[in-house]
Amino acid sequence: MKSLEELKAIREKMQGQIGIRSESSDQTRVIVGMATCGIASGARPVLTALSDAIQTKGLTNVSVTQTGCIGLCQYEPIVEVLEPGKDKVTYVKMTPEKALEVVEQHLIHGQAVKKYTISEILG
Amino acid sequence: MMTELSLNVLDVANNSIRAGADLIEIIVQIQRELDTLTITIADNGCGMTKEQLQKVEDPFFTTRTTRKIGLGVPFFKMAALSTGGTFRIVSTVGVGTTVIAQFKLSHIDRMPLGDMNSTIHTLITLNTQINFVYTYQFDCNQFTLNTREFREILNDVPLNSPEVSEYIKEFLEENQNETDGGYLV
Ligand SMILES: Nc1ncnc2c1ncn2[C@@H]1O[C@H](COP(=O)(O)OP(=O)(O)OP(=O)(O)O)[C@@H](O)[C@H]1O
Ligand SMILES: [Mg+2]
Repeated sequence: MKSLEELKAIREKMQGQIGIRSESSDQTRVIVGMATCGIASGARPVLTALSDAIQTKGLTNVSVTQTGCIGLCQYEPIVEVLEPGKDKVTYVKMTPEKALEVVEQHLIHGQAVKKYTISEILG
Repeated sequence: MMTELSLNVLDVANNSIRAGADLIEIIVQIQRELDTLTITIADNGCGMTKEQLQKVEDPFFTTRTTRKIGLGVPFFKMAALSTGGTFRIVSTVGVGTTVIAQFKLSHIDRMPLGDMNSTIHTLITLNTQINFVYTYQFDCNQFTLNTREFREILNDVPLNSPEVSEYIKEFLEENQNETDGGYLV
């Protein structure tokens, strides 16, 4: 049985640090569609890949959230990226591998991965 | 259709979130002696009227506006019934909703349970405003994860901070292993 003592240690360590992650206006939001259509087409592993990569790359200005069905079920899994002051980018038919490309190119280097966006795929 | 039952759980728990629940209880019970797998998802959300409840197992009922049919509940029900199992929803307006699906464990058409820990971890870290109580029972062994207990210890350290998120992952994995000895459900 994993002990709750470990959790206490985490709290003590974290509370000593200033500015525990706060949702501020310069946050980039990554939103994953998690309705039935999204989940059935593979949204959970996409979301896990995104969260894990954002964590290991230390991208503290990026938060991951979920949303319901946005009415484009045949294009799920869908991932939206909202950067402050920029147009929303909608990625469709995502996979964990594509999600990692988005983290690397878009979230870290600021270049949207055009080939996976809805505008590119709808033509 | 869902390829593993843990995905149905993630999906049906999202109905509870949409219903405004702030407490969601999820119970997975494997009883080999009885040849059953029972999954319960209970919430304290808005609940449903008798009329809504009668329709909820029908794909042509949904209160969402983005799409004309709701598939979450019918998928879960179908997964249970196709194993010769049972499916039941109890709901009261203003009190909450409980969904209980029972599967025949050994039935050839039973979908694998799959990665329950990933479902629970996703639910907790993406919905930090909600409390989750997850119980996993395997024959006579069981463990429970209660986010209220975690919160009491953590004070204002968020459940989705990297260190805590990692702790939750390990907590689930280690306890599941101790509970079922790595049995593939
Ligand atoms: N736990 C709940 N509390 C309150 N209402 C619920 C609950 N579960 C389901 N409902 C109602 O039943 C409807 C049908 O649910 P169902 O999961 O089948 O489809 P949906 O959520 O509308 O769409 P999706 O296909 O994305 O799941 C919901 O729109 C909601 O109105
Ligand atoms: Mg649903």
